[in-house]
Amino acid sequence: MSTNADQYWADNIRLILKLLLVWFLVSFVFGIILVEPLNSIEFAGFKLGFWFAQQGSIISFVLLIFYYIKKMGELDAKYDVDD
Amino acid sequence: MSLQILIYLVVGSTFALYIGIAIWAKAKTTGDFYIAGKGVHPVVNGMATAADWMSAASFISLAGLISYLGYEAGMYLMGWTGGYVLLAMLLAPYLRKFGKFTVPEFISDRYYSRAARVIAVMCLIFISFTYVAGQMRGVGIVFSRFLELPIDKGLYLGMGIVFIYSVLGGMKGITYTQVAQYVVLMFAYSVPAIFMAIQFTGNPVPQLAFGSQMSDGTGFLLDALDKTLIDLGFSSYTEPFNDKSMVDVLAITLALMVGTAGLPHVLVRFFTVPKVSDARKSAGWALIFIALLYTTAPVVGSLSRLNIINSINGPEKTGTLYTEMPSWFQTWEKSGLLAWFDHNGDGKLQYAAGNAFGGNGKPTFEGRALGTLGERVTTNPSNGEVVNGAPFANEIYIDRDIMVLANPEIAQLPNWVIALIAAGGVAAALSTAAGLLLVISASISHDLLKSTFMPKISEKSELRASRITSAFAILVAGYLGLHPPAFVAQVVAFAFGLAASSLFPVLIMGIFSKRMNKYGAICGMLAGLIFTMGYIIYFKGIFIEPIAANTAENWLFGISPEGIGTIGMCLNFLVAFIVSSFTPPPPQSVVDMVERIRLPNAAAAHDH
Repeated sequence: MSTNADQYWADNIRLILKLLLVWFLVSFVFGIILVEPLNSIEFAGFKLGFWFAQQGSIISFVLLIFYYIKKMGELDAKYDVDD
Repeated sequence: MSLQILIYLVVGSTFALYIGIAIWAKAKTTGDFYIAGKGVHPVVNGMATAADWMSAASFISLAGLISYLGYEAGMYLMGWTGGYVLLAMLLAPYLRKFGKFTVPEFISDRYYSRAARVIAVMCLIFISFTYVAGQMRGVGIVFSRFLELPIDKGLYLGMGIVFIYSVLGGMKGITYTQVAQYVVLMFAYSVPAIFMAIQFTGNPVPQLAFGSQMSDGTGFLLDALDKTLIDLGFSSYTEPFNDKSMVDVLAITLALMVGTAGLPHVLVRFFTVPKVSDARKSAGWALIFIALLYTTAPVVGSLSRLNIINSINGPEKTGTLYTEMPSWFQTWEKSGLLAWFDHNGDGKLQYAAGNAFGGNGKPTFEGRALGTLGERVTTNPSNGEVVNGAPFANEIYIDRDIMVLANPEIAQLPNWVIALIAAGGVAAALSTAAGLLLVISASISHDLLKSTFMPKISEKSELRASRITSAFAILVAGYLGLHPPAFVAQVVAFAFGLAASSLFPVLIMGIFSKRMNKYGAICGMLAGLIFTMGYIIYFKGIFIEPIAANTAENWLFGISPEGIGTIGMCLNFLVAFIVSSFTPPPPQSVVDMVERIRLPNAAAAHDH
């Protein structure tokens, strides 16, 4: 396999890992593990931890995917691998 | 116009629409039948995926579940949406690049093994049938309540409709019907939510109303709900870990996310788009359409909890006379989803914490007999204890499913909204059932028949075979809906646990590891599958009596059967890596294939 393809794959993996970290933070960390301390913060009528568990995480998931789509579009163009 | 006629009219016209679409989108080739000829626009596919994914349970039961669990319901909300992030980044684009018809087909090619394919087909069939039985049941419930048909007649009608559009149209018919069904179900879900949001807070956007001040001056919505519940002896709505421990919430959330990403009927939707980049976009759009409902559901859950408490306990918070209750109470009493026992004999309904009925808390009725006030006579009252400092003993049984189904009536919304709920519930159940039936028939006709037992079969015969298996699958699903096995209530844990512990890890390793071989994959799948199945059966006793009490003290690491898929998944990965490190690496052709699916533009017969 050409180094170009290897580089494309390595960039893709780096991007995925970065985004999965955010995915883990907004749901498992903010929504569950740290929910009690975050609940003492008031956010637009919500306890912040509760908001992450029932609204914020879902909204973040949507944003994450669209960021990934945008970045991958750029990577596909950069390495000229678009189908 | 009477409510009954209105409901028939609304539900009937949605049926006409679905059938019309099926005729327009008739499948002509196996490619049309299995994956809609790879011609579906990513936004359209996203919408179809959303309808496929959101089942009768999402539509009917989710809000009710949330209204009782409060904070902990976040595990369902996060679990059933977070999987799409995994799908978009880890699975959908690569499976689309692979470019064939079914999920077991990928496993078979990647692991150069017919055995792996057969194991995958077994998992797929088991997951899909347990799931579809629940959908058929949902159709039956909606029909029996709203169309006043007996459950079995409602079920036949539902089977007939699914039969027409899935057997005729295959994936192509299903895709476009699902788009229509998404519109119907989302509209039906939002309208009562918007009405209630305005009633309670004056803000028409449910997601904003969730954090708004109550119009009656009792402060923020969630604070008002917390206070009302605590006054009645319930635990707080927003405080975490009243019902489940943190470790269990973590495990269940992850099992649901990973399970979602491993469900065959969801995965196969990404085979239908024209390009690899479309598969990514499709996952994003699917999540937008799903998030619309999933961010509304917690609002509906909290508002309906407040609504039902207020309408039963009345403005004075002392209860409402049975004779003065609005008509919805008797309507739903008839269906057995509501019941009342007058513990203190004051003729008023009172709702608080504690069980109004003995045993498992569910009422048993004395036939159709009515008491002196016209209430249904129950035979198993509890001893009517006042719990947790509540002002009175609980006298009411409320089935959670009522939260969505009866909401419009409780909130005194117009009749057309009630008719919409009926159409929405049916749309949610039918769209999911059709998607599931399709993957079942595709895996039987394509994975078992064409690729394993009768490789010489022509495309025309395969198409006919897939229509026949599809029809047969509908009959089995109908039978399961009509005679639900005792475990139907527990199958959700089963379906997700199996998807998480068997299919998801082998798919991930198939894409992200070039070294993973067939021995690792097969051993991993079997380890995850047997462990997860064993654990669930051990505590829940599917087919047999439970071996141990399903309580936290007995659980492994404090993880309930619902969340055990997480451990099953880890076990699958672990076993697969250990076994593969002792066995020969996969052949070069497979390594080449992995390299090809990673690159969107690599040609199918590319040699490096």
